[in-house]
Amino acid sequence: MDMQNFKTREKAAMAEPKIIARDVNVYYGQSQALKSIELDIAANEVTALIGPSGCGKSTFLRCINRMNDVIESCRVEGRITLEGIDIYNSGLDPVLLRARVGMVFQKPNPFPKSIYDNIAYGPRLHGIASGKDELEATVESSLRRAGLWEEVKDRLDSPGTGLSGGQQQRLCIARAIAVNPEVILMDEPCSALDPIATAKIEELIDELRENFTIVIVTHSMQQAARVSQKTAFFHLGELVEVGETDKLFTSPEDQRTQGYITGRFG
Amino acid sequence: MELNPPLEIDKALLKKRNAAETRFKLYGLAAVLTAVLVLGLLLTSIVSKGYTAFEQTYILLDVRLDQATIDPKGTGRQEDLAAASYRGILRDALKEQFPEAESRNEKRSLYGLVGSAAEYDLRNAVLENPKLVGTTATIAVKASDDVDSYIKGFIPRDVPQSDRKIKDQELGWLDTLEADDRVIKKFNIDFFTHADSREPEEAGILGAVIGSLYTLAITLALCFPIGVLTAIYLEEFAPRNRWTDIIEVNINNLAAVPSIVFGLLGLAIFLNFFGLPRSAPLVGGMVLALMTLPTIIIASRAALKAVPPSIREAALGMGASRMQTVFHHVFPLAMPGILTGTILGMAQALGETAPLLMIGMVAFIADIPGSINDAATVLPVQIFLWADSPERGFVEKTSAAIMVLLAFLVVMNAIAVLLRKRFERRW
Repeated sequence: MDMQNFKTREKAAMAEPKIIARDVNVYYGQSQALKSIELDIAANEVTALIGPSGCGKSTFLRCINRMNDVIESCRVEGRITLEGIDIYNSGLDPVLLRARVGMVFQKPNPFPKSIYDNIAYGPRLHGIASGKDELEATVESSLRRAGLWEEVKDRLDSPGTGLSGGQQQRLCIARAIAVNPEVILMDEPCSALDPIATAKIEELIDELRENFTIVIVTHSMQQAARVSQKTAFFHLGELVEVGETDKLFTSPEDQRTQGYITGRFG
Repeated sequence: MELNPPLEIDKALLKKRNAAETRFKLYGLAAVLTAVLVLGLLLTSIVSKGYTAFEQTYILLDVRLDQATIDPKGTGRQEDLAAASYRGILRDALKEQFPEAESRNEKRSLYGLVGSAAEYDLRNAVLENPKLVGTTATIAVKASDDVDSYIKGFIPRDVPQSDRKIKDQELGWLDTLEADDRVIKKFNIDFFTHADSREPEEAGILGAVIGSLYTLAITLALCFPIGVLTAIYLEEFAPRNRWTDIIEVNINNLAAVPSIVFGLLGLAIFLNFFGLPRSAPLVGGMVLALMTLPTIIIASRAALKAVPPSIREAALGMGASRMQTVFHHVFPLAMPGILTGTILGMAQALGETAPLLMIGMVAFIADIPGSINDAATVLPVQIFLWADSPERGFVEKTSAAIMVLLAFLVVMNAIAVLLRKRFERRW
């Protein structure tokens, strides 16, 4: 048993993984989208899910907050636990789950309401803030944590849809953290943004890691390398390889990972 | 210069393509112009035929209002004043004006110069100003519909007397009256305050307007909630399976069912089975609601479908339940489209005649309906009834009623636009 392996084990023993997926199979009608996924996601880390289009990484992401429930033909088997609670089989209401597991989508999708109402929606919905002052404080702190406060503090009443793409995405992140979730899922959050806006979001993700567990799906391997501590490589519905980001990108164990990160396919 | 030859070839092709484009533009322009022209023609025809209905001819008569005939007891109370026989007074005034009318026939045509309800004009004038009693006053009384038509120029003088509604003798009297400036035209307020009548000069549109309003209120109250809830359920909650497919196909088919079929349904179910009152706006509204439902459901579903799925995902991702997602986000965003669909459906219902014929709303109703259970008629049916009447005076009333109907449609569309603007601003 070499030293590094020992260290990893020690770390795992110290902190129980936030999310544990065991034998997760997902079917869309007859076709199987995910095959027996086994994945641990550590708390206060950024885990990147990479892989070619259609490999199932977004599907897996959506399993974590049960967004797949909305799709009629979708069927999830297996066990995913969030801090030991089975999110599919323990009678947990998906509404409560989604309050603990926030999500940021590929395309910025602020509600066509004011910036203030966008942020205040979650706290109002879950009855988190009591009273107007507390709600205002929540809105401000969420916007500050998302690095948007300075840019929008004078126009909280103007529509969220009037912001630029990058600002909109940060607004969506602020909206997600306003309910103080434990996990934030991000589904290619920068794919619709320009490089400067992308850089800001990546910086933000790094800051948020302190308080949240983040799972990010990305098409950009550079992004995965920049923001994540762990990377999981999905291919054709299988989880091929998962490990420390540095290690996965420098010395992948699997041929397919090697092929993908060197740009031979994908 | 190897590039040039293909460019040369392209030039010919380009010319052809440009010509085709210009031609297509011209076709489009021609189509638009034709449509505008036809619409303009229609409107001009309606307005030019109908505007005269907003005026009514009155005849000024010197009426001797003797205390002895009107108020023999001299009480001066309104009831006593109202009870007097103004018809006799009016006839005396006419006889005094034209003493040459002696025979029974002559007298009858003399009395026919004024409308059959002209005595009420006189009575109202007295009730308004009781001081007139005991004096000889010049009172304006409504002319009969034939006189009205003649004064407005619809009855030509130069045809043989037998083909004319106004005979030579009456022409002579009217000429004398006109020479004395005793024939005047006033704004026809009665057209907007009276219900239907057999006498064109007494007939008004208010009964039909109120009937239409009651009917549409019932229609809206029934089909808006049912239609919108159906659309929301089918679009947002219902699973996709054979049953929902069947329902969807049937809704689409119902939208294409001829409206008279809904009238038959109303007759069989609402009148015969449930025994609801005949000719009532209640039943009319229910029948029209059946007819309008598919339109509203289809329009609402389209509006709901047009709301981007990303909004639903955003709300669900925030932990909103499906119902919260729909009512906090999707429904408000679809509201403008739903309202447009609803108002279009209501406009269709406003103009509908056929189904109402089946449930007896085609009857001649001389009263303004006071509730949704009273016998009533609606605007399009009123137009149909007047268009069907033989009297010359109803021709202009028909066009005027069409104008009123069009005005209602314009107002409804304006409301639709306003509501849409209002809801859009909230985003």
